[in-house]
Amino acid sequence: MRVSLFVPCFVDQLAPQVGLATAKVLKRLGHDVEFRAEQTCCGQPSFNSGQWDVAREGAIRALQVFRGAEVVVGPSGSCVAMIKKFYPELLKDTPHLAAAEDLAARTFEFSEFLVNQLGVTDVGAKFAKKVTYHDGCHALRELRLKEEPRQLLRAVKGLELIESEEGESCCGFGGLFSAKFPMISTAMVQVKGGALARTGADFVVSSDPSCLLQIGGWLSREGKPILPLHIAEVLAHDA
Amino acid sequence: MADARSDILARIREALTVKAPKPHFKAEATAGQPVKVAKPWLPDGGETLDASLLILAEQLAKLKAVLIRVPDEAAAGQAVADLARAKAWKQVAYHGAPLVRPVAAALPCASWEADASFEKQKLEGCDASITSCESIVAQLGSILVSSASSGGRALSILPHVHVVVARVDQVVPDLATALAQLQAEHGAQMPSMLSFITGPSRTGDIERILVLGAHGPKELYLVLVG
Amino acid sequence: MSDAKQIFIKDATLNAADGDQRAFIRKALGGYYVNRDLQKARYRDWERARDAASLAKWTAVNDLANQLEKFTANFERNGGIVHWARDSAEARAIILKIAADVNAKAIVKSKCMTSEEIHLNDALEKAGYGVVESDLGEFIQQLRGEPPYHFVFPCMHVKREAISELFTKHLGTAPTDSPEELTMIARRHLRQLYVDADIGITGANFLVAETGQISITENEGNARLTAALPRIHIALSGIEKVVNRLDDLAVLLPMLATAGAGQPMTCYNTLYAGPRKPGECDGPEQFHLVLLDNARTRLLADPEQRDALHCIRCGACLNVCPIFKNIGGLAYGTTYQGPIGSVITPHLRGLKQWNHLSSASSLCGACTDACPVRIDLHHHLLHNRRNAMKQSPSLFDRVFHAGFGFVMKRPALFALGGKVFLATLPLLKKLPLPYMSAWLKTRDLPVAPPKSFRDQWKDSAHG
Repeated sequence: MRVSLFVPCFVDQLAPQVGLATAKVLKRLGHDVEFRAEQTCCGQPSFNSGQWDVAREGAIRALQVFRGAEVVVGPSGSCVAMIKKFYPELLKDTPHLAAAEDLAARTFEFSEFLVNQLGVTDVGAKFAKKVTYHDGCHALRELRLKEEPRQLLRAVKGLELIESEEGESCCGFGGLFSAKFPMISTAMVQVKGGALARTGADFVVSSDPSCLLQIGGWLSREGKPILPLHIAEVLAHDA
Repeated sequence: MADARSDILARIREALTVKAPKPHFKAEATAGQPVKVAKPWLPDGGETLDASLLILAEQLAKLKAVLIRVPDEAAAGQAVADLARAKAWKQVAYHGAPLVRPVAAALPCASWEADASFEKQKLEGCDASITSCESIVAQLGSILVSSASSGGRALSILPHVHVVVARVDQVVPDLATALAQLQAEHGAQMPSMLSFITGPSRTGDIERILVLGAHGPKELYLVLVG
Repeated sequence: MSDAKQIFIKDATLNAADGDQRAFIRKALGGYYVNRDLQKARYRDWERARDAASLAKWTAVNDLANQLEKFTANFERNGGIVHWARDSAEARAIILKIAADVNAKAIVKSKCMTSEEIHLNDALEKAGYGVVESDLGEFIQQLRGEPPYHFVFPCMHVKREAISELFTKHLGTAPTDSPEELTMIARRHLRQLYVDADIGITGANFLVAETGQISITENEGNARLTAALPRIHIALSGIEKVVNRLDDLAVLLPMLATAGAGQPMTCYNTLYAGPRKPGECDGPEQFHLVLLDNARTRLLADPEQRDALHCIRCGACLNVCPIFKNIGGLAYGTTYQGPIGSVITPHLRGLKQWNHLSSASSLCGACTDACPVRIDLHHHLLHNRRNAMKQSPSLFDRVFHAGFGFVMKRPALFALGGKVFLATLPLLKKLPLPYMSAWLKTRDLPVAPPKSFRDQWKDSAHG
């Protein structure tokens, strides 16, 4: 299958290794991977800020960028939810609706693609570490992905998966919310990050780089001995 | 200026000229079906009376209500009399229902029928009340009392202890059945008060810690005859 | 910035920094989660039950005028008296007039958020009536001179020591640290007040159109006493509380209890059809119902958010909301706290003043999953944000997003912007930039990688 990568801005700028790991895993499974360099941002910051006109222009661009792609796969529940759930809503009363629904049907979050589309849970990775998993809210509640990443992690050789308290709690990122209401966002990551640190895991793994930015940023500031890691990076570790 | 009623109704009609899409839910498929099969997704109330009685006993225990099963009316009188002695009740008010009168007559303490008009203060001074009920909902452990079957509004709520005497055949599986039965029986002439009582009065208002007997009865007994 | 927003920021900042209080709230809710899950597990299909509950409310709300007419006709046939109030002032005036007409002196109230909405107690007290809240939590809040913290658990933020002190001060009772004893103090104090009151004021959880009954849900028995002992009963209800059929309650009553409090059924679910009937031994002589609009029709006119009127005020959305749990209920400054409050307050009180509540959310969606009547809560926060931007965008937002939109459409510029961002990130971290410095106050940023993904991809064999 030819997979077109959808690389969120965070990954592009601050965590390029996540994009590379995503491509590596897909190739290891025998798929062609392309990256369409004309892609920019999915428009979620503007959408969440109420600037739907701006977001709509971003959405229409993305429809053009990914036109003809067999499948689009992104290593972010949040950005994929923007395409799958919110593009159709954003473009509902426009001539672009059909194209938006078409793209939504072809676009998948990374773990969702592996488990539900390819039917793969063991990607041949080895990672002898203790990890705990953080469900990004968009993956969990917009895309209804909960078991998929866990199935993938359980199949990694040597990996020990530990569930945390506050399992389904939000990390407090919420895009610009984290900077517009930093005191609330910080209180939330204290609760979440504290629970993650208490698991004693070496790594907190998530399918959402933006959550990892928030959680990792707080863990680092507090000097907690647990590091953020994207699920693609775990799966990219060769056996 | 138009009166408030016409104004508000006009605002509503105006607002509803723009339709909201109807949600497509699976539950709709069961609308209008007979009560017994209409709500198979709610908690189970039991297919048979025996199953219902098991569920009821379990629910009442969790609610910290006390279920007393007795074979006949005489045994009901005996059970309540024992209770009165154990708790040292001095005064009991009761509803003059056929099932309750003989029970009240067996009491070892003072008792009075609260069916005619009475002094609120006198009822406030009572240790316990005894009433009948309309039905009992196994599914939820709820006892349905009414101003008709339970001696008005205050009798089943003001005294510190409430004793309900009922026949086993008053147990219905679920809330839907209890409501349907009410409508079949009373039609447009509902008693002015109907109350589903689910366990003794309670509150969690202080630190979300459960305390029984917030304002209503601290103790609830269901004496089931038959 | 609106006044309401300024106060919100101040209070939220204060409360979010209070780790002890936040831990106290989390602990208080701990038992609720356990019981809720136990009760939900008894449902043979909770999701289908949510469908049914939602559909019952959808059907009523989307036929509201007809159902209200049917309800009020039946309510009057039962012997009740209906009053209509367009707004708070009309509702207060109606209740004051009833109180004057019946020569009332003492009034006892059971929990009624609609009365908080119209600031009824103030009006009654100013007019010289003694008013006592009888719900334990509301009673405590009344003594504290503070509005409810949570519209179902009004004083969940108050520690027992503080309640003991409060009772010592106002009721002269001996100090105690037992919740049981504190509850009994309130029980003893309030009993005589029910007996002596002339008027009992309650809310209403449901108005049943086909029978003309009102349904009241409570745990303590105070609402039943309030509607049993005083000679006048006044119920105050929003117009959206209608359900079409009595049978709808077979779904709604258990779900309200399970979602809101983790119970199979709330302790007392009581249906009232008129005042004392001939042949009944007690009950009020008059039964009044005040039906309040107060901008509900404005919300009704928005088909996108009309489902917010399905709300049965169970409080489930507050109980799971990380914002609520971390800033507390009082910081909202609204009658209805938490996600449902953030959704509806802009409709009730004005979007410009109250949109900040919709912005103060990470949009995690826990509320929407918890809602027993499937209100699309967190997406409505997005809708409010969009509507606010249409109405009155701030200059900063306009410039920021116009700039962002401009770059987003130009891949070359986007890539260049990324390069500049990465190269200057160490410097940017030191500048007092609006969003950057807010982030860095409590959180680190990763070290910028030497090259972006797109550059690495281009450099590698792929490109």
